[in-house]
Amino acid sequence: MDILNNLVLGFSVAFSLQNLAYCLIGVALGTLVGVLPGIGPLVTIAMLFPLTFHLPAVPALIMLAGIYYGAQYGGSTTSILVNLPGETASAVTCLDGYQMARQGRAGPALAIAAIASFVAGCIGVLLIALVGPALGEWALAFGAAEYTSLMLMALVASAVMTQGDAVKGLAMVVLGLLLGIVGTDVNSGMARYSFGVPELTDGIGFTVVAVGLFAVAEIVVNLESKEAREVFTGKIASLMPSAKDLSDSSWPMVRGTAVGAFFGVLPGTGPALSSFAAYMLEKKIARDPSRFGRGAIEGVAAPEAANNAAAQTAFIPMLTLGLPASATMALMLAAMTMQGIEPGPQVMITKPELFWGVIASMWIGNLLLVILNLPLVGVWVRLLRVPYRWLFPSIIMFCSLGNYSVNNNPVDVYLVAVVGVLGYVLAKLECEPAPLILGYVLGPLMEEYLRRALLLSRGDPTVFFTRPISLAFMVATIFILFVMIAPALRKNQQT
Amino acid sequence: MKFDLRNNKDFLAGLLFIVIGGLAVVIARDYPMGSTMRMGPGYFPMVLGGLLCLFGVYVLGRGLRSGEKVKGEWGWKPLALIALSIVLFGFLMDRLGIVPALVVMFFVGAAAGREFRFKEVLLLTVLMSAFAAGVFVYGLKLPYPLFPGVWWTS
Repeated sequence: MDILNNLVLGFSVAFSLQNLAYCLIGVALGTLVGVLPGIGPLVTIAMLFPLTFHLPAVPALIMLAGIYYGAQYGGSTTSILVNLPGETASAVTCLDGYQMARQGRAGPALAIAAIASFVAGCIGVLLIALVGPALGEWALAFGAAEYTSLMLMALVASAVMTQGDAVKGLAMVVLGLLLGIVGTDVNSGMARYSFGVPELTDGIGFTVVAVGLFAVAEIVVNLESKEAREVFTGKIASLMPSAKDLSDSSWPMVRGTAVGAFFGVLPGTGPALSSFAAYMLEKKIARDPSRFGRGAIEGVAAPEAANNAAAQTAFIPMLTLGLPASATMALMLAAMTMQGIEPGPQVMITKPELFWGVIASMWIGNLLLVILNLPLVGVWVRLLRVPYRWLFPSIIMFCSLGNYSVNNNPVDVYLVAVVGVLGYVLAKLECEPAPLILGYVLGPLMEEYLRRALLLSRGDPTVFFTRPISLAFMVATIFILFVMIAPALRKNQQT
Repeated sequence: MKFDLRNNKDFLAGLLFIVIGGLAVVIARDYPMGSTMRMGPGYFPMVLGGLLCLFGVYVLGRGLRSGEKVKGEWGWKPLALIALSIVLFGFLMDRLGIVPALVVMFFVGAAAGREFRFKEVLLLTVLMSAFAAGVFVYGLKLPYPLFPGVWWTS
């Protein structure tokens, strides 16, 4: 049994004292940011990103992954207790979770949310272990043409499936690709778009783009609107769910996990959409749909399972194909690249301790999260009282100091301000930043693969349509584009 | 049809895309294009710039038709103050050291908030500066002076 051996290797890596410690730090930080509204997992990962340069690759990735799925747990706590989703993936949990809390059943709601997340997390980890190697083996046969069309598909999908407008999403992808080009061209050694600034010949740092786009822009958006926060005053009587609660929520958990696992691997969808889809599914198949929105326990179990499953399965394309399915995964991918690991199917073969260690740590992390979240829920709730006016200058400090520490160069810090201003303007014009960051991460890779594919085919662009796997990706891309354009055309005919 | 374009969401977004795309194309004209078979450094950016302009024209046109407004107010004041605090931090960090840079950053940055309470900001600055010095200078052993000429000596 290969998988068994691999998992044993993974757990032996993950159970080392150092890695356990970083896993704990990661999930604790993740829960913290999940609880605090206005600061999500993306901002936190972007913020702590420069710090991970000073760590070895395995603990760095374990910690970043912990922040990511830890935030899914923490987000549900505030959704249930104060009707405020700590982050978007938990927004649906507010509907029934908060109602349960108002009926004095906050304890069971929190417990079911944690159990659902844990069950989904375990299944998710198992799925990665099962599907990952197979997918990776298949991807080993990919050539430059396949990678080019695969990236094209991922970018188009991320643009189309993101919240908001699809055409703007596509424009943001292109803008991201252009930002990724800034710097020295590897083939000709020519500096492109460097505007005579010597620092720009190395390209715009990844941390600069991530922090500027997600942290700085988001802080300004938060500051222009009013701060209103309801503080949970009730007591949590008992955490224990009844036997009926458990049996009522067991199938929704399984269905939620399935929905989440599916959406997790799709580019551009992520946990937020998956929790929403899982909720709608439960409502549709329920015998009495009117219970939903009035404290139905299925309405907590299914979306919480879904967002956690999606958070886990999103790692599959990232770890095996080197293809990020969401902005957070793009950050993880960049973290790997910064550590000198070339992402792709060969990671599993050349760095098995990294691949399996990270997967095993996710299971441990899920277990740690149940322990952290249920007995300590009172501590997290108290954190809700930390006012934003203390938080945002501290976030800015981490962003600036972190970026300065990458190269000890103030130009990187100035660029954070520039990208932040651009990010704020784009956010106000309702252009989603996620497709941009995907384009930015994939830009240099895609140009490289495109050049190589066309060089090998002697300039014949039909190469993308004559190789069967590449053709499949191209057909999928065209299908996605068609799905996007169809409703727009219909609307135009009506007006 | 409404012709107030200053707050027209899609018009402005389209305009921004066209300006950036156009700039990308103009600059890329100086880079060798190469052929489809052997792409020069100018090929990919030229195509991308053109695409961005196309999307920009579409979004701009849609904005002219729909006339949808930007939601909420523009937060120019917090934006300017936050950006300024970051730039000042970079500038001072390079010249004076970590503590003066953070003090200026916290006071300028905190002014972007809705409330500015001097004592709170002062306390926050002291605590966070100590924390930052502990993590970055002591923990990660990065070579930054605390104050001009004052280094962490162990």
